[in-house]
Amino acid sequence: MKIRKKIQLIDQVNKLGFWGGKFGGNYVPETLKKPIEDLEILFNKLKNDKLFIAERDKYFKNWVGAPTRFIKLKNLTNHVGGAQIWSKVVSDANGGAHKIYNATVHCLLAKRSGKKFIIGDTGAGYAGKMLSMAAKKFGLKCKIFMGAKDIARQQPNVKAMKKNGAVVIPVYSGSQTLVDAVSECMRYWVANCDTTAMCVGSTVGPAVFVRICGWSTSQISRELKVQLIDEFGSIPKKLKLYNCVGGGSSSFGFWNEFMDYDKKQCEFIGVEAGGPSKSKKHAAPLTYGSKIGILHGAAQYVNQDADGQIEETESISAGLDYPGISPLHCFLKDTKRARYTAASDEDALNAYKTVTKFEKLRPSLEPSHAFSVAIKEAKKLTKDTIVVVNSCGDAYKDREILKKRLGKKYAKPN
Amino acid sequence: MLNPISLAFKKAKQENRAALLTYTVAGDSSKKQSLDILKSISNNADILELGVPHNTPVADGSQIQTSAYRAIKNGIKMNDIFKIVKEFKKFDKNKPIILMGYFNMIFQYGERKFLNKCNSSGVNGLIVVDLPWPENKDFARKCKKKSIYFIQLLSPTTTKKRLKRIIRDSHPMNYFISMLSTTGGKLKVSPNDILKNYNKIKKIDPKKEIVIGFGITEKTIGKLKSADGLVVGSAICKEISKSLKHRQNPVTNVSKLVKKLKSKIL
Repeated sequence: MKIRKKIQLIDQVNKLGFWGGKFGGNYVPETLKKPIEDLEILFNKLKNDKLFIAERDKYFKNWVGAPTRFIKLKNLTNHVGGAQIWSKVVSDANGGAHKIYNATVHCLLAKRSGKKFIIGDTGAGYAGKMLSMAAKKFGLKCKIFMGAKDIARQQPNVKAMKKNGAVVIPVYSGSQTLVDAVSECMRYWVANCDTTAMCVGSTVGPAVFVRICGWSTSQISRELKVQLIDEFGSIPKKLKLYNCVGGGSSSFGFWNEFMDYDKKQCEFIGVEAGGPSKSKKHAAPLTYGSKIGILHGAAQYVNQDADGQIEETESISAGLDYPGISPLHCFLKDTKRARYTAASDEDALNAYKTVTKFEKLRPSLEPSHAFSVAIKEAKKLTKDTIVVVNSCGDAYKDREILKKRLGKKYAKPN
Repeated sequence: MLNPISLAFKKAKQENRAALLTYTVAGDSSKKQSLDILKSISNNADILELGVPHNTPVADGSQIQTSAYRAIKNGIKMNDIFKIVKEFKKFDKNKPIILMGYFNMIFQYGERKFLNKCNSSGVNGLIVVDLPWPENKDFARKCKKKSIYFIQLLSPTTTKKRLKRIIRDSHPMNYFISMLSTTGGKLKVSPNDILKNYNKIKKIDPKKEIVIGFGITEKTIGKLKSADGLVVGSAICKEISKSLKHRQNPVTNVSKLVKKLKSKIL
């Protein structure tokens, strides 16, 4: 299994949509074969269409707000003492997280295909919030599927979705989290694929959804590459890119443009959700060696029992609370291009405390996982190493959890 | 020897009627009860589909989901399902059984081991909801070697070109999904339109048996009776849920329902 150079990773699939011959694919009901094929034809055409790219870039610049900031965390760097710690503040993007890129592109595709309705899944509520924003912007009617447990713990995003005119459909089956929301959303699409477009909220699902999402979030690394060259004159000799990994959309987007660099120069570190330190449950299939299985249309490493039932996950961060992982990351792991590790709930909370203590930055619980590992590793690294953490979400949505776990003062904006 | 599935269609044709296929979830609501249900309906059903419950079913509506979650909660495992089939076959060895489920369960069991076990327990056919053509070509070939029918699903969204190719590669039985829906949705297309689609598909290769499923109930089954076979699933799962809720015996209630279904297609 090998990564090819000079070909976008999203395009390194075989005829059946597999990366490395075994990750991804299209394990879907027959009814979805045609709509998926239609979407593939449309996307393959438009992703190389100059006018479409110009349209995408126009919305990314004027509406999403590109580029998002790239800042040095000076105080944190001084406190940690080691590598320079920087952050790509993707939470600057309209709506407060990276999910806006995928949502915008899916709405643009839905418009091109003449669909009037769009549906999507959401865990932390960001994918849903952004899809509701984009749907409103582009005049599409929108339904969001969200686990009942997530609805309870991510109220600010639920309110935002409703305000944008989306219908939020609570999902009560299974663990009532993201995994069930994705299943329910796919089921709805099975029954309504003639009139409705589906947006999968991360780099998961049938191959074309993995590709569209990866293509969309790659905006992050396109911006970062320019910003690094502006700042340092060239891509630093020792660059380490830390990102949390749930489904894997922000991390893939954060790394994509650096794929062809040697990993000694440009290392990718993915941080999965290890769950509560006292619990055996987690959402870290790559770190803890889960077996390959099929979930939501794609072969991937996934938490499951010996029979193949998908296992419940546990994490403080709803956005990482997913038993599977993008086929792209399975491919990056097996080719050893990226390294994966996990941070516990407690690690993430501590990192949140540290970052907010020293910096005017409020990473949500998802990127706090990445900060946790970055801070630990930066200590042992030399000053000429550039550590960049993708702060891909804002903690506003987490204020109730933060209040409960850390006390009132941590829930306030700084 | 002819696969019992083909024999069942032959028998129904001799009686000048559609074959009745039932779907129940293995282990719903318990291992014993699901076996008892199979035994009690075997008189009236021509082919028994037994669902392999999975906890991320992307094509099942709420009735089958409820049954599947109930079965999983009550501890059903893959090996128990094979045991149920084996026990049932001791009771009625000629009644065909089709397992229907999602590919991950087969993938984790191991394709070869799974098919061997199907053979030794008496499974005659497989429907794998999320293993479409052409992805299923290799697995379908393996099934054929074991004399197990791999049943292809066909949908209203399947293009004509694709239909021809799937049917060309298919085994003697295929399954037409009546409408755009998960299992158990309300029939949103008229039975006439469903039959029109069915006839188009039937024409491609009249020798292949085509059954219609999804959304078929006591009320609608009679209007579709010109098909080779008709599948009722969610309505039965619903009957089990209802019986449990009212503290009635699901075995007798399901048995009555299947008898009624049969009477509508005679």
